[in-house]
Amino acid sequence: MKNKNKPHDVAKDFKGTIKKLIRYNKSLVVLVVISLVLSFVASILSIIGPDKLKDMTNIISTSFTTEIDLEKIKNIGIILIIMYVASSVLAYIDGLLMTLVTCKFQKSMRNDISIKINKLPLSFFDKTTVGDILSRVTNDVDTIGFTMTESLSSIVSSSTLLIGSLFMMIYTNWILALTAVLSTIIGLVFVVIIIMKSQKYFIEVQNSLGEINGHIEEVFSAHNIVKVYNAEEETNNTFDTINERLFVSGRKSQFLSSLMHPLMGFTGNFGYVAVCVVGSILVLNKSIDFGVIVAFMMYIKFFTRPLMQIAQLFGGIQSAVAAGERVFNFLEADDMENEKNIKEKLLPSNSCGNLEFKNVKFGYTKDKTIIKDFSAQVKKGSKIAIVGPTGAGKTTIVNLLMKFYNIDSGDIIIDNHSIKELTRENVHDLFTMVLQDTWIFEGTIKENIRYNNRNITDEEIINACKKVGLHHLIKTLPNGYDTVLNDSDNLSSGEKQLLTIARAMLDNRPYLILDEATSNVDTRTEELVSKAMDKLSKDKTSFIIAHRLSTIRNADMILVMNNGDIIEQGTHDELLKKNGFYADLYNSQFQNIGE
Amino acid sequence: MIKMFKQMSKKEVIFFTSSILFMILQVWLELKIPGYMSEITKLVKTEGAINEIIHIGIIMILCALGGFIVSVIISFFSSYVGTSFEKNLRSRIFRKVQGFGMEEINKFSTSSLITRDTNDVTQVKNFIVMGTQMLARAPIMASMAIFKIIGKEWQFSLITFVGVLTIAVMISIIIIFVIPKFKKVQTLTDNLNRVTRENLTGIKVVRAFNAEKFQQSKFDRANNELTKTNLFVGRMMSLMEPVMTLVMSGVPLAIYWIGASLINSANIVDKITIFSDMVVFSSYAIQVIMSFMFLIMIFIIYPRASVSMGRISEILDTKEMIKDGDIDKENGIKGEIEFKNVSFKYPDAEDCVLENINLKVNKGETIAFIGSTGSGKSTLVNLIPRFYDVTKGEILIDGVNIKDMKLEFLHNKIGYVSQKAVLFKGTVKSNIQFGKNEHDELTDDEVWNAIKISQAEEFVTKMEKNINSDIAQNGTNVSGGQKQRLSIARALARKPEIFIFDDAFSALDFKTDYKLRKQLSDKYKDATKLIVASRVGTILEADKIVVLDNGKCVGIGTHKDLLKNCEVYKEIVLSQLSKEELDYEK
Repeated sequence: MKNKNKPHDVAKDFKGTIKKLIRYNKSLVVLVVISLVLSFVASILSIIGPDKLKDMTNIISTSFTTEIDLEKIKNIGIILIIMYVASSVLAYIDGLLMTLVTCKFQKSMRNDISIKINKLPLSFFDKTTVGDILSRVTNDVDTIGFTMTESLSSIVSSSTLLIGSLFMMIYTNWILALTAVLSTIIGLVFVVIIIMKSQKYFIEVQNSLGEINGHIEEVFSAHNIVKVYNAEEETNNTFDTINERLFVSGRKSQFLSSLMHPLMGFTGNFGYVAVCVVGSILVLNKSIDFGVIVAFMMYIKFFTRPLMQIAQLFGGIQSAVAAGERVFNFLEADDMENEKNIKEKLLPSNSCGNLEFKNVKFGYTKDKTIIKDFSAQVKKGSKIAIVGPTGAGKTTIVNLLMKFYNIDSGDIIIDNHSIKELTRENVHDLFTMVLQDTWIFEGTIKENIRYNNRNITDEEIINACKKVGLHHLIKTLPNGYDTVLNDSDNLSSGEKQLLTIARAMLDNRPYLILDEATSNVDTRTEELVSKAMDKLSKDKTSFIIAHRLSTIRNADMILVMNNGDIIEQGTHDELLKKNGFYADLYNSQFQNIGE
Repeated sequence: MIKMFKQMSKKEVIFFTSSILFMILQVWLELKIPGYMSEITKLVKTEGAINEIIHIGIIMILCALGGFIVSVIISFFSSYVGTSFEKNLRSRIFRKVQGFGMEEINKFSTSSLITRDTNDVTQVKNFIVMGTQMLARAPIMASMAIFKIIGKEWQFSLITFVGVLTIAVMISIIIIFVIPKFKKVQTLTDNLNRVTRENLTGIKVVRAFNAEKFQQSKFDRANNELTKTNLFVGRMMSLMEPVMTLVMSGVPLAIYWIGASLINSANIVDKITIFSDMVVFSSYAIQVIMSFMFLIMIFIIYPRASVSMGRISEILDTKEMIKDGDIDKENGIKGEIEFKNVSFKYPDAEDCVLENINLKVNKGETIAFIGSTGSGKSTLVNLIPRFYDVTKGEILIDGVNIKDMKLEFLHNKIGYVSQKAVLFKGTVKSNIQFGKNEHDELTDDEVWNAIKISQAEEFVTKMEKNINSDIAQNGTNVSGGQKQRLSIARALARKPEIFIFDDAFSALDFKTDYKLRKQLSDKYKDATKLIVASRVGTILEADKIVVLDNGKCVGIGTHKDLLKNCEVYKEIVLSQLSKEELDYEK
């Protein structure tokens, strides 16, 4: 569950993050300052308003016996209208500016995150989940933006209103001012107490809510299992426990937070009454005019509202800073090694397809080397099969070849070039890669096959599809090659695999990395897939994570992996003779056949 | 709205009604205050009324305090009604869905059921809490305030009306122009998320194709579009506050201004009355305008809650298709399964998924089902625990039609492992002990035993707290193969009469697969085993292999028989084993 407002989010480095946020906004500073000035002026104008209204009331109330000076009233009225309208217009312009600032800010922050994604080393993504990064791009950026529009201008306008109305009150009459301030502060104290108290319940609610949503998700997704194991009672009990807990804390937090409104109302009313009574007495004593009371009735609103606002804003600012910290943590993560000083370049057309592993050592973490000392010669056009049980670390080889990770020591030589002396971009240009988890993005079939290579013609796409045996199927789809692929699964997983093979076919490179996918593909499609893969690997130096026996047997070299390390290497026959791990693994498939 | 009330318990309805009644009291008290102010206004004009003023002041404070106390009571009621309603509704949906069969689940889709029991419920609760506190208050406040105003100077009423109208127009504009954009913002945000997710899930492909720039340009497009729409929404919303402030300060000004000329033209006796009316009116006018604003807000908030409630009612009104039977006694026969002319088609579908399946399985036999995707092999075994009911024919277990058995009794006979391994939040142990059957709670030894047979011992002993180690939600802290082994252990621990493995071995490597099957046939000799498989290696030694093709049974027999006389089977085997290996076998 994504919760937009997590009240328990607290930034570790509050000040630092604020500074970073300000620095990040540098280009927008001018706009922000203008907008702040505008909201300051607008607030000042609305503070002066009651003072004028007071004059008006005084004119009326002192002229019961004589004619009211309507000319004067008119003048004040016109001044007030001008002031009110000006104040509103300024406030609107301020709103527009803040919207612009926020949108620009959010846009550039999102953009930076997206650029950063492609600069980070793959190892970063081993530690972070997709959901986590996604929540930074949307939720966190939204939170910061929302607080910016809400807080920045309202802090200025609130404090202006607060200080301004306080000043005007004292200026108009200090006794009434004291009355107003004291009566409001009593209410404020309660508000603060309630905010502090309810925080605890809010956290509880968030936690229980997350828990119950998790439970619902889990049970609904595993509905079959729950049923067939007669576990309804068990899951219902868990549900009830969490639900009850949520109810108890939910009720309390709901109660406390719904007290806020009446409490503010009461504070306002209390102040209002206090001002009325004290003011009236003062009027009777002739120390003030009646208009002062009218003015104070408005001042007290100007005074209470910002106080409450500031109290509520504080929570918002806290979560925005916490969100900011998360975003900056991401933006400040270490990039991949800079490759600016690599001058060497190996064009795919100049590469002949030889490759050599030289005493390669590698570990995902410093303290655990998993590939200890691996050497092998790979000749042009040969087929290397990588085999091993699930989780043996077969993808490690892929990661090293593609320079997704840097080897710790030793070297991989690609056509007399050390992999270290080639840029990642260059290495990627030399390899074609097809992975087991087929990656299809939302777009038409054509777009998916063409991908980022705009030079590929429609004809070439159709040809590739014919080669992998997809053409006929695509023709049967409602929009043919322009059919949009999305989550709704208009292609089976085997067909998707064929599509990625077609994509790879058009990305013609001297080296090939192939992850054979066999599970979840029905037998007939599987045949198509394997045929397509064989076509793809023709004349290429290929590294194949092998599941099919035919691949394994025909390979020029088999790398047997277990627990992350390469434990045996050789051809099928050599390895069988050795009667080691590979022979064991291979025979286990037919254990029963021999019986 | 009626749908919501229907779901309320008696206590909630009483609380809800009381909170409305209290609200009338609260509004009445609140509106009293300006009335007293009007009296003070008059008193100020008379000399030496200090005591009376203080007296009225005390009454006013009492009104304010009374209003506050009543508000506290209302808050108590409404927060109770809201959260209790939420709790009961959520629980009712949860239990209802627990009773669903696959047919109902598929009708809604799992993800939609989850949203309905989480987001939609919260949506409705928010509406109810807000409804009892603000929205119900608005009409009460509006009508009572209008009542107070009525009969006073019509010019003042006109000004108030103009104020209400201005705000109504502004909010309508916002409803018409901005609300649709809100939806668009949501879609565009989803879009941005999708592009980012795409880049993240395909990060290796993106890099291998050097397509970083390509992805970035996609992101830019999504980002620009979102920013553009956000700007529009922000600009429209910026209008709200200034207009409201303008109305709020403009209305009192207008009242005073017009009041001045009214007083001027009135005779001396009426002057004080008009003056006090004027002062008080400006307070009431603001209340009326505010109330109307909230009233209009109902039109914005209600549709969302109403949609959610509709979606919830859809679940609650669904009738379960699967009826429970009543046989729950053993009859001495164990582990026999018979399919008699079984056909099955999904509701509303034209073609049968399974047609005329006849099959008899004896105690202790191992039966394998094989066929290409869509051949119906999974569906066939899923009919046994009654995830679906057969369309034609019948399935007998131990000689009894499964439709006549109590579901709980039927499920106690079965140890089921699904294709997609499922683990629950808890510990390794709690996952293996999961559910209920006729045996007592499993001892630690029994748990370990199941773990050993399922080949999970190796990694469980490596876990920090062995069988008491934590399993995260959906089992995300163990690997796919480990998950599958633990869910197999869960089935083993039940010691059922019948095992159903719905393609449960394909996530295991050949070696583990083999060891596990060997142990299974050694240790569970008496149990009947049904295995759906996609790998030929998994099923070679089954007592019977059932070959399915497009929902029809095209061959039953041993591996050797079928190789000789079943074309489809031969095709499947050939695609997985090379010719040589098949020869090697002979």
